[in-house]
Amino acid sequence: MLRFTLQRLLTGIPTLLVLIALAFFLIRAAPGGPFDTERQLAPEIEAAIRKAYHLDEPLPQQFARYLGGLVRGDFGPSFQYREYTVTELIVAGLPVSMTVGGLAMLVAVLVGVAAGTTAALRQNRMADHAVMAAAMTGISVPSFVMAPLLILLLAVGLRWLPAGGYGDGHWRYLLLPVLTLALPQIAYIARLTRASMIEVLRSPYIRTARAQGLALRTIVLRHALKPTLLPVMSYLGPATAALLTGSVVIEQIFGLPGIGRFFVNGALNRDYTLVMGVVVFYGVLIVVFNFLVDVVYGLLDPRIRHRT
Amino acid sequence: MSPPLLDVAGLNVRFATSTGAVHAVRDLSFSLRAGESLGIVGESGSGKSQAVLALTGLLADNGRASGSARLEGSDLITLDQQEMNRVRGPRISMIFQDPMTSLNPYLSVGRQMSLALRAHRAIGEQAARKEAAEMLETVGIPEAARRIEQYPHELSGGMRQRVMIATALLLRPALLIADEPTTALDVTVQAQILGLMSDLRERYGTAIIIITHDLSVVAGLADRILVMQRGEKIEEGPVDAIFAQPQQAYTRSLLAAVPRFDRPIQGTPPRMKHATKPILAAESVRVEFPVADRAWFRPRRLLRAVDDVSFQLEAGEILGVVGESGCGKSTLGRAVLQLVPVSAGRVSFLGADDAQSLRRDLQVVFQDPLASLNPRMTIRDVVAEPLEVHEPTMGDKDRTNKVADMLSRVGLDPSLMNRYPHQFSGGQCQRVAIARALITRPKLVVCDEAVSALDVSVREQILRLMLELRRLLDLSLIFIGHDLAVIRQISQRVMVMYLGRVMEIAAADQLFTNPQHPYTQALISAVPIPDPVVERARKREGLRGELPSPLAPPSGCVFRTRCAFAIARCATEVPALRLAGASQVACHRAGEVFQGR
Repeated sequence: MLRFTLQRLLTGIPTLLVLIALAFFLIRAAPGGPFDTERQLAPEIEAAIRKAYHLDEPLPQQFARYLGGLVRGDFGPSFQYREYTVTELIVAGLPVSMTVGGLAMLVAVLVGVAAGTTAALRQNRMADHAVMAAAMTGISVPSFVMAPLLILLLAVGLRWLPAGGYGDGHWRYLLLPVLTLALPQIAYIARLTRASMIEVLRSPYIRTARAQGLALRTIVLRHALKPTLLPVMSYLGPATAALLTGSVVIEQIFGLPGIGRFFVNGALNRDYTLVMGVVVFYGVLIVVFNFLVDVVYGLLDPRIRHRT
Repeated sequence: MSPPLLDVAGLNVRFATSTGAVHAVRDLSFSLRAGESLGIVGESGSGKSQAVLALTGLLADNGRASGSARLEGSDLITLDQQEMNRVRGPRISMIFQDPMTSLNPYLSVGRQMSLALRAHRAIGEQAARKEAAEMLETVGIPEAARRIEQYPHELSGGMRQRVMIATALLLRPALLIADEPTTALDVTVQAQILGLMSDLRERYGTAIIIITHDLSVVAGLADRILVMQRGEKIEEGPVDAIFAQPQQAYTRSLLAAVPRFDRPIQGTPPRMKHATKPILAAESVRVEFPVADRAWFRPRRLLRAVDDVSFQLEAGEILGVVGESGCGKSTLGRAVLQLVPVSAGRVSFLGADDAQSLRRDLQVVFQDPLASLNPRMTIRDVVAEPLEVHEPTMGDKDRTNKVADMLSRVGLDPSLMNRYPHQFSGGQCQRVAIARALITRPKLVVCDEAVSALDVSVREQILRLMLELRRLLDLSLIFIGHDLAVIRQISQRVMVMYLGRVMEIAAADQLFTNPQHPYTQALISAVPIPDPVVERARKREGLRGELPSPLAPPSGCVFRTRCAFAIARCATEVPALRLAGASQVACHRAGEVFQGR
């Protein structure tokens, strides 16, 4: 198991290197730079700034310098938020994004798997159609539409919940963003679960279980759930990574101080180091979660477990 | 006389499909006494499986059963789900054809068994597993305590079916329904499982319904036989009467289609012409595959699928290659076709100098007729495709004419050539596959289990077709199969393989009437004979134990671990093929052990 873990994490390194290189050169290839402003800076001042941030060096040297910093865990200073390093920005925003994203994912898995299983067991009946219609809606209504609607209803109309802000993570503040973030995920997971469960329930070993007189509940929970979750798992890895790194839309609408906004602001302002910071961070999360998915796969499927 | 255990009257099964209702079982009635054993025999589509699935409430969602089926007073057809769940398991239990897919691959053996037990009895997990382990011992699984922690993929096919049987008998049901319980198994394993079922029946007094397409399977096990065709009961009677004096023509044709192994068979293949020249020579062929192993820094392990195999094939000859799953027969076929690289030795095909003409002269027919035809191509395009490669200059019209000609040769109406494979039956699809193989006028056709997926009566037709085409087109055939009866019927010479090696090569008659190798002996003695009197009296020698892992074959003679005649020398020295009587045998004790048989 330890060997397997090390191997998988090692194979993640080339992936990350490719990602870093692509992001590094692409953002520099984009027109404009971090210090372009409407007011023209004096050439010597601009030169001084560029020198201070090592932007005057040839690209390969900059890249090497950046990689060197990464190895030491240093993402460099932000070009836009001049008082902060990129690390500080991420560390400040991360707890918010992770809390909201993690809770959303948890809700999505619990509700999605339950809804999908229910739909599968009532295939082509009312409950199934209702779940699938709701899921379709959940997927097709974008969150920038869903969020204001929920705010209008629950915050402005009924005045049950605050309309925005983080409130230091009080549940009343978390409820709406978590719900908005979870809805499309619930929908997606429910659809995956339904399709997978229907397939599994048709397999010969389920017929065997039925022939042994097992109650439906036992069949679903003990025999069918594990194999059903396998295809769902491979979706969960990247989805969790995406949710944990924050949603720009959700954070903007609910005024949450997460890291999602850095993706957009960094890119718009050509804040090279900030963009690189979030890209690397996101990349690491993707690699880690895909690895976790593989581990869970092994736990669910003995045939994979024994091969390693 | 005591009332019957099960009394089925007027059972009908209908399926609602998009193209209308399908009436799968029509007005079926039969009864079964406690402890009695009934064989339900029929070909695919006869409704035999649907009938028993209806009894246990396991029909597909679009299926409806009507009529009555009384088991100890309650009518199985009218039971609701909950009541049915109290019958399934403690009163009736089932085992199915394919023990790989019928066991849950995600749960350990012990877990599956304890779930089945605890659904009906209030006992703890530990106690349930203990009972499960005892039952595994009873069905002949050694080291049950260890096996119970394993998962189905870690067990052999025969072990898995033993696990199925053990699970089914955990609650001591009054009735065990076995749906083609040995069809997916090798013949020696089949013999073990049939023996086990008959032992357990004696021990627990369980009534058995055994469903099969193969009459010889039920000859030794059933008290009565019920023959079904197209959803209806054709004939029913005591096993001896059915075999000795079948009343219905259909039953007679079923019986005739089962080759008798203990007697010379009619329509034996043509004698060998002598002094013909060989067209294929294999010299010490070895084929190895790297074993999928994801770890780094570990030496790559090689699975030796075929080891040191040499033979020659004469022009016009039919060579049968027989052995159980994992013996390397299919890999050998692929090596002959040059579809897999040979890691040592060589295969030389005489008469073809370049790869192009080699491909034209060597053709293949695979096991699953439907899966080996592209579902999106018409029959015409399937059969014409080899021509497009090998006769690129031929006009479209000529090609179509050739296809039509070939289709009528294999017994298909050429006017059907614009249809798609799924519109044909399994037998017809196999005819298409044969037409495709023969369209380039090859010199050698490798048939890899070419009739194994077909019903007995269809199998018979396809075999006859092949023999006839071979005569007309002057073909050589390599016929790979696990079914000894089929191999005997079609081959002139037979090669027996075990764990990648040749055990024996001999003329078909010689091999089957006077086998020299202990493995050949065991194989032949494992084949059930379609005669209840012979079958009941016969004490099978059978093969003990399990096939060793091909990754770590035994030293010396690979068969020695299961051989009753093994001596010290067998462990140290690989026996070479040598002449014993009229056979070539790879056994140190050949001639000595079977002398005078």
